[in-house]
Amino acid sequence: MEKPIIEIVESIDTTKVYDELSDAKSGGICVFVGTVRDFTNTQAVISLEFEAYESMALKEMAKIVDQAAAQWPLNKVVIRHAVGLKKVQEPVVVIGVSTAHRDACFAACRYMIDTLKETVPIWKKEMFKNKSVWVSAHP
Amino acid sequence: MEVLLFGIARDIVGCSSLDLSSYRDKPQSVGELINLLNDDYPEFKKLSSLAVAVNGEYASMEGLLEQKDEIAIIPPVSGG
Repeated sequence: MEKPIIEIVESIDTTKVYDELSDAKSGGICVFVGTVRDFTNTQAVISLEFEAYESMALKEMAKIVDQAAAQWPLNKVVIRHAVGLKKVQEPVVVIGVSTAHRDACFAACRYMIDTLKETVPIWKKEMFKNKSVWVSAHP
Repeated sequence: MEVLLFGIARDIVGCSSLDLSSYRDKPQSVGELINLLNDDYPEFKKLSSLAVAVNGEYASMEGLLEQKDEIAIIPPVSGG
């Protein structure tokens, strides 16, 4: 695997990721882009605000890449999360991987986004018209 | 001994870090720190979970706290 791109950024440019993952030895590229959805249940979402414990988040993201690389033969990896205020439809996370064959590509991409949501110290607050809520904070 | 606060933990305490140097009984372990937070700020008890990171790594309840450690309260994460 080449040196992975692991970043926390102010804003995500989704047009870069293809070039970052493009690779002669790879038969496939899989990319997941997480974006801001307009509704949570029946409540209209105005924006999401993301906050990270950056130094630890980068370490946890690197662990996820290592865990994925131990399970599947990966050629290139991008794992990039945004912080700050994001409006509806804006990208907030990009996970991408290139591999020789597609099964590993889908599986590794899925593993990385699922694990990021469980372990990486990043928090989002949903802003509604009359209130804001830290997501997942309460049962 | 300073404790970094993020997300809802910062909202509960009302600032982005908590200085424990003024506390007479400083917490010696992660578990003691959690107990202290639960006692002083009962809103912490309502959270789905509460973890502590020491020097950027998730720590167990038995983990010991040293003066020079970077300590952070990690409320339920919700990235992605």
